[in-house]
Amino acid sequence: MAFEINGKTYETDEEGYLANLSDWNTDVAGRMATEDDCDLSENHWEVIKFLRDYYEEYQIAPAVRVLTKAIGKRLGKDKGNSKYLYELFPYGPAKQACKYAGLPKPTGCV
Amino acid sequence: MKQIDWSSLVINESGKAVKKFMYVNRHAPHGTIYPLEGLEVVLIGAAFDQDVSMAFIGDGVFQLNKGQDTADSGMKNVALTYGALGDYEVTKLYVEQESLDERGLELNDLMNLTWEDEEENWAEKPSIQVVSRAQLSDLLEQQDVILNF
Repeated sequence: MAFEINGKTYETDEEGYLANLSDWNTDVAGRMATEDDCDLSENHWEVIKFLRDYYEEYQIAPAVRVLTKAIGKRLGKDKGNSKYLYELFPYGPAKQACKYAGLPKPTGCV
Repeated sequence: MKQIDWSSLVINESGKAVKKFMYVNRHAPHGTIYPLEGLEVVLIGAAFDQDVSMAFIGDGVFQLNKGQDTADSGMKNVALTYGALGDYEVTKLYVEQESLDERGLELNDLMNLTWEDEEENWAEKPSIQVVSRAQLSDLLEQQDVILNF
């Protein structure tokens, strides 16, 4: 599968995850969110940014349990809980946010 | 696999029996798929609230070597992922002393892997423990499940 922004084509896998990590930019995230009827707020971007940094450091997308705990530690307890993260990303914080962040499906996502 | 002694099982928070899982790593990194596959199984298995540990024996100790750089091979640097084990609550990495000695390595040559203890205000603690062959043999004896990679 693929989609196009400003004449550039972006390849994705059958679930909509970006095929090439290095293709990612904020327009890609915005486009994916629009297709899910999701408006990206500052709070969404904070989680997307966090996931990209985590991948850069450890070469994996964290499982949702790990993401929740790590967010809690870095951004505060009021954000490090499933309720907050599922409100932002109703399709599942790890899955949906990782997709917008241009990462592969999380390791340990069962 | 040895018989499970059900009477000795610990029960976790969700009321399920906890078994002791040890993942034994015996291969040098990057040359084969074993280390990567083993690591992925550990990370996926970590979701099931079991008592998980990893052992590094023989050339497996090279997996923890500091400063691995895969840029020229065009491969993803899997070594960085060991740093996430603490986040997955995999906090017991046993490295065999004899295997280090035989390869001219010491603890200082290995990555500084840590985990943060939430109960002690996120205090950083070392994950790697160097153990003798005899100690590792005892640890293997205590496991319910041993998986080799």
